[in-house]
Amino acid sequence: MKHTKHTLSMLSVALLAGAAQAGTLSIESWRVDDKALWEDVLIPAFQKKHPGITVKFAPTAPTEYDSSLTARLTGGTAGDLITCRPFDKSLDLYKKGQLEKLDGKPGMQHFPASAKVAWQSDDGKDSFCMPMASVMHGFFYNKKIFADLKLAPPKTQAEFFAALDKVKAAGKTPIALGTADQWEANQIVFTGIGPNYWQGEAGRKALIAGKAKFTDPQFVAVWEQMAKWAPYLAKGYSAQTYADTQNLFASGRAAIVPAGSWDIAYYKQQGLDFGAFAPPVAKAGDKCQISDHTDIGIGINPKSKNKADASKFLEWIASAEFADLYTNKVTGFFSLSSHPIEVKDQVAKSMLDWRKSCGSTIRLNAQVLNRGEPNMETELWNVNSQVLNGKLAPKAAAQQIQAGFAKWYKPQQ
Amino acid sequence: MRQPVSHLAGSSFTHLVLAGYTLLSLFPLFLVLINAFKSRAGIFDAPLALPNGETFSTIGFEKVLGKAHFLGFFGNSLTVTVLSLVLILLFGAMAAWALSEYRFRGQRLILLFFAFGIMVPIRLGTVAILELMVKLELVNTLSALVLVYTAQGLPLAILILSEFIQQIPKELKEAARCDGVGEFTIFFQIILPLIRPAIATVAVFTMVPVWNDLWFPLILAPGEATQTITLGVQQFIGQYATDWNAVLASLSLAVLPVLVIYVFFSRQLIRGITAGAVK
Amino acid sequence: MNRIARWQIAIFLAPALLIYASFSAWPLLDTLGLGFFNTDEAGQQHFAGLANYYKLLLDPQWSDGFWNAMGNNVEFFFIHMLVQNPIGLLLAALLSLKGVRFAKSYQTLLFLPTLLSVVIIGFIWQLILSPLWGVAESLLAQVGLAEHFQPWLGEEGSALLTLALISVWQFIGIPMMLIYAALIAIPEEVIEAARVEGASAWRIFWQIRLPLILPTLGLVTILTYVGNFNAFDLIYSVKGALAGPNYSTDILGTYFYRTFFGYQSQIGSPTMGAAVATLMFLVILAGVGVYFFAVQRRLQRHAF
Repeated sequence: MKHTKHTLSMLSVALLAGAAQAGTLSIESWRVDDKALWEDVLIPAFQKKHPGITVKFAPTAPTEYDSSLTARLTGGTAGDLITCRPFDKSLDLYKKGQLEKLDGKPGMQHFPASAKVAWQSDDGKDSFCMPMASVMHGFFYNKKIFADLKLAPPKTQAEFFAALDKVKAAGKTPIALGTADQWEANQIVFTGIGPNYWQGEAGRKALIAGKAKFTDPQFVAVWEQMAKWAPYLAKGYSAQTYADTQNLFASGRAAIVPAGSWDIAYYKQQGLDFGAFAPPVAKAGDKCQISDHTDIGIGINPKSKNKADASKFLEWIASAEFADLYTNKVTGFFSLSSHPIEVKDQVAKSMLDWRKSCGSTIRLNAQVLNRGEPNMETELWNVNSQVLNGKLAPKAAAQQIQAGFAKWYKPQQ
Repeated sequence: MRQPVSHLAGSSFTHLVLAGYTLLSLFPLFLVLINAFKSRAGIFDAPLALPNGETFSTIGFEKVLGKAHFLGFFGNSLTVTVLSLVLILLFGAMAAWALSEYRFRGQRLILLFFAFGIMVPIRLGTVAILELMVKLELVNTLSALVLVYTAQGLPLAILILSEFIQQIPKELKEAARCDGVGEFTIFFQIILPLIRPAIATVAVFTMVPVWNDLWFPLILAPGEATQTITLGVQQFIGQYATDWNAVLASLSLAVLPVLVIYVFFSRQLIRGITAGAVK
Repeated sequence: MNRIARWQIAIFLAPALLIYASFSAWPLLDTLGLGFFNTDEAGQQHFAGLANYYKLLLDPQWSDGFWNAMGNNVEFFFIHMLVQNPIGLLLAALLSLKGVRFAKSYQTLLFLPTLLSVVIIGFIWQLILSPLWGVAESLLAQVGLAEHFQPWLGEEGSALLTLALISVWQFIGIPMMLIYAALIAIPEEVIEAARVEGASAWRIFWQIRLPLILPTLGLVTILTYVGNFNAFDLIYSVKGALAGPNYSTDILGTYFYRTFFGYQSQIGSPTMGAAVATLMFLVILAGVGVYFFAVQRRLQRHAF
């Protein structure tokens, strides 16, 4: 059965030679890990509702996604449906006419404004991608190690470091984290633990409004906390990749890993008994702030020869059925639609519950801040890794980011 | 009496260096191959140990063979490499012959034009190449790759082959011409067989980058049906970065065909490279 | 000289010219031309003269990165020249000695890594040097040097050197083979004559064989130069496009990639990328120019 399906899809790809034909949709995505899920669960569910439309999920590795997508869009060979990165990256595609305007399309009414904003023009008038899912950031802990050492998930920073010291004394690696790949130093660590310091949305908006600077204490403090982590990381962490980190935590040799909700699926599959805790606050009683990031959207390629079917697909993406399937099968990605969804996985549910008590914000630099040159995302990867490596002082890190920011951003000059 | 002793010392030094470096060349491959046949625990606990009764496992291969279509990927790579090689060698030799044998206007210009291609990596022209392939409706076909690799390999091929053609004794060609043999016959029946060793040299130099290229398959032919082995392995590694059994198994599978082919052809290959010198 | 119809020359040249011109030269010229334009928000391109080059060479925001990549690339090249080519020469010299047993087998095995994909090479070495897996560390421990183990690929001071050595490991076969071919081409009588006069093997090598293979060493140098200034794959597959830590492994190829295609939320600029490409071209052209005019003219031509 499966074999026949594969042969057929091979044949169709060979015949179509890139450009899509009526009745076939091809999805561009960076979610290589979800390929099996799309092929075995999501696409069959869609086809039950819309027989006759063939859908092909064609992911590219995350590191190559943006460059090869740009090349394919420019060359006119990109798929019909484009998975959208949030904010400026997709906005750039829209401005170049490489994404279709989606306002008024069926299904868009199912999303709250807070979700749609990640894929809208600055004036909020044009939407160009349908929100699909958000991810949340925090820490996972190994339940067995915590139980053995009689530790409770830390709520304050004092408790956090006390726990780290205890784990270290017991001969295990306290924090699984490396700086070889660099991205996690920003997308999980800096923008994950930071909102507690800069007060989430308030701090982010102040930067955009030009009322706060990275050299202000509430930002420098984040780098100061990161600089304290070095003694708790595994030996040789400067050459440790993200995959190494996952292996280290999955094998039970590390007590804590700073993680994103998307990692739930992997650790679960490895059979690890783990729980999650939100980034610890400064002192007991403080309101917690979490990074609850609108991460994935989906849009239509204006050059698609099959826009009618593409719209049908988007309408299905907006349905309660998809929201449920995506949230519960692709564990760790939370649907952004306003359909009420029951989350079945315990870890995922506990993370989602943070929303009830904590303030939510997105990754600090995702909106507007990434727009200029030097690019802040790239700068932050580098600077944050260097702070973790102990090669850059927190103050110097703040100055470097602020200088780059002020260089092009008028309200900061 | 001294002669044999120093000779012996010299020869053991020679073998020490050669064998030592050979070991260094092979060790990483050896490491991958032995660990591919071990269980997860075996891989982590004793990476340097050979698989034994306790640690032997083929789980990685079971995972990989079920999921990836290595045979198909391998076929694609082979098709692209062989076709590109044939075109580069044939067209390259023809052009090299024309450029070194005849005098005509614009000859220097054409030589310079080809030399330009040695100096600039073709990757810099990616977007223009992609646009061209789209117009020709060649995207996601192996032909697109063959054309690009041929264009990429021609300059160096022409340079090396011209050098050889210039060394062919004049008398040979003149004698043929006196007998009234046509230029095409001279080229195909006299010249081509004579420059065979040079052709082997060029073949080796062009084959390696074509076989190993990651870039153009990614941009021009990423479709499942046209994926090359390098791209296939790269994506597979990306997908299973944390599953070392699968990663090591797929690395082994990617390396093995190359090893087999190399074992069969290494003699011809090396003779090809060195034959240029033994006149 | 030869009486030959023009159409015959045309037929010999046409296929190569046609394929090369349309799939290599034209796209490349198109890219080089792009360097004189800039892109606006809507993706339209406007003529901008030398503005991109001015930015790249004089605006610290761009020039710091460019010169850093340039410096690293020069270092990358020198490591190859100091390690790869001398070792290649040594191996070739030993292989070309008379009556070395297993010479053919050594050649076959030493050339093997060259045939493997960079993706595979990068991954294998990353595993070997990984501090978590501990292969390199336990190997060092066996010779009592365990405390010298460092996460070399992760340290700013050693990452570039480590990557260059991996590249040397892979490509050693090429200089070795080229030099070997040149060495065995030296007529036996020349060496025999020296030997009769009582010259030692050492002297024969330095005073007779080495001078005779100088043209090949020149060729190896220029091939290394062109190869190194075009390098990209290994660094990209091991360190990613950001070439960390702190850009210490950034070379022109990775710098070009980031500029041209962008990276993550950094948006690529084909026009700025084209300017980088043009500068890379000029660097390579300069090297090739030096080779042709300064080196090759002096050395007597000798078939390799």
